[in-house]
Amino acid sequence: MAKNDIKILMAKDGIENSHQIDVAMKHGAYSALKKALKMENTAITSEVKTSGVRGRGGAGFPAGIKWGFMPIGDRKKKPNYVVVNADESEPGTFKDRWLIEKDPHMLIEGIIITSYAVEAHVAYIYIRGEYYKQALILEKAIEEAYAKGFLGKNILGSGFDLELTVHRGAGAYICGEETALLNSLEGRRGYPRIKPPYFPAAIGVFMCPTLVNNVETIANVPWIIENGGEAFSEIGKPNNTGTKLLSVSGHVNLPGVYEVPLGLNLMTLINDYCGGIRDGHKLKAVIPGGSSMPVLKAEECDVDMDFDALKNAGSSLGSGGVIVMDETTCMVDVCLNLLKFYAHESCGQCTPCREGMPWMARMLQRIKSGEGRPEDIELVLNVADYVGGDIDFSRGKLGKTICALGEAGSWPTIALIKKYRDEFEHFCKNHEPLIKRDKSIKTPKNAIAEVVAT
Amino acid sequence: MTVEFSDKAKEKFDHLLTRYPNKRAALLPVLHLAQAEFGGWVSPEAIKYIAELLDLTELDVHDTMSFYTMYYNQPMGKFVVEVCHTLSCELMGASTVVDHLENKLGIKMGETSDDGLFSLRKGECLGSCGTAPMMRVNFDYYENLNADKLDKIIDLLREKA
Repeated sequence: MAKNDIKILMAKDGIENSHQIDVAMKHGAYSALKKALKMENTAITSEVKTSGVRGRGGAGFPAGIKWGFMPIGDRKKKPNYVVVNADESEPGTFKDRWLIEKDPHMLIEGIIITSYAVEAHVAYIYIRGEYYKQALILEKAIEEAYAKGFLGKNILGSGFDLELTVHRGAGAYICGEETALLNSLEGRRGYPRIKPPYFPAAIGVFMCPTLVNNVETIANVPWIIENGGEAFSEIGKPNNTGTKLLSVSGHVNLPGVYEVPLGLNLMTLINDYCGGIRDGHKLKAVIPGGSSMPVLKAEECDVDMDFDALKNAGSSLGSGGVIVMDETTCMVDVCLNLLKFYAHESCGQCTPCREGMPWMARMLQRIKSGEGRPEDIELVLNVADYVGGDIDFSRGKLGKTICALGEAGSWPTIALIKKYRDEFEHFCKNHEPLIKRDKSIKTPKNAIAEVVAT
Repeated sequence: MTVEFSDKAKEKFDHLLTRYPNKRAALLPVLHLAQAEFGGWVSPEAIKYIAELLDLTELDVHDTMSFYTMYYNQPMGKFVVEVCHTLSCELMGASTVVDHLENKLGIKMGETSDDGLFSLRKGECLGSCGTAPMMRVNFDYYENLNADKLDKIIDLLREKA
């Protein structure tokens, strides 16, 4: 059960005012920083490599390797930048919000250590515009850190300088894509940049080498420095080390953010952590890694929640956004809902995505309005093939678009149709859904908090 | 209407410029600042003012601004009510929340009430999936909604206005 699990990221869960520096420091904040500043910066990167921590934003790229791409020492010709991706927008994901609200100082400490390791003297936290309260929490925490001498000039007498700034986005899913994020940070439209270069360590923000990491990735850094990369690598499973924050939403009794060792069984998560499916309903499907990832049918849910196991199961851990659906869910509705999202969020640069997403959404809308034709199902799949194809490369082709938003829309669409084709066919043939939609509000009664207009 | 930052906003603006290596990078925060200063939207006059402040063309400012959903190019209601309708919220009954609000406010999605109090919009995933269904009113999140709670929130906002 949850209580026995090791807590790296949620260690301060339940501590009152854990976002305040004095409280955070009472519980160990900034002790790893003191240790780190006495280390060689290359030794810090080595520890992160040893830890095996993989990027928590969605792609799962080994963080230490990414750090290693940054030009340091004699190779450094321009200023280096560190940018933290707090543009948490993947549907079903709300873990970074938890970290920022409850433990901003762990994030800030991680940023300082990371910047020291890659020789950056300026760092930004790019936070989505809607997280206004969270941006204020971060700004207050940064102010506190400056006052204590953890930020600014000559940090703790080490000679290392760092300026840290919170940069608010303004409502655009695509800005979570790291090169779009950098354009947005430069004051431009959030258009993803053409690759190569594949890593902003070559050319990043302001044409300078830049390390972009997710909030959760950076938040692991203080623990790794404090306890060693070796200790981190012993948690979880080989090649899938450490813990992971999972954001669980949908039809479970206890939705929320859970920290679990990588490799926890998905059914254990649903039943033991999240109190099972609501009101005695039956599990129908789970999207395990944010809405861009292929759905798992109930019978496929006996799977470990880690990068490799989910890849083998034909899906992905992605951002760790676990969306649980019970048997009252109509998969045609789900497909339309997601396609509308991707149609809305396409930045418009690439034709397959800009035209393909709305086209698929319109076809789904037609099916849903009862005017679908049997051939529409193959037509949707055909368009999906041209937008981004399937996750296992069995159809279509990857890389039709500058960024992965094409795949993010086509992967879940293809999976939903492949796995629940009977529902789509029934709709087209009989002009009504196989599963009657339950539109009622399902807020759990015990979850209703007081209404306060602020 | 003359468009000019107050002294306090000017101070914020000057501070913002110190945080970036060039002026353009301050465009997003300056747009946020302008929208808060100039009545909740960014008018053509405000765009001109920002362009002058940042040594950009008006087209540059408009080009960037129009990409983002949180900058408004027309006056909005005092309370911008944005209901999340992405998957997790939809599974928990977001469309019923929308119906309820449309009835309660007497306006449809995308409209502003005649008294200028409420603008109703659909939002995409706002990172509140574990407390669905939810809505955002200006900068406040209201989560775990149901019909009673919606009525209470709207009544409170009306009182506050």
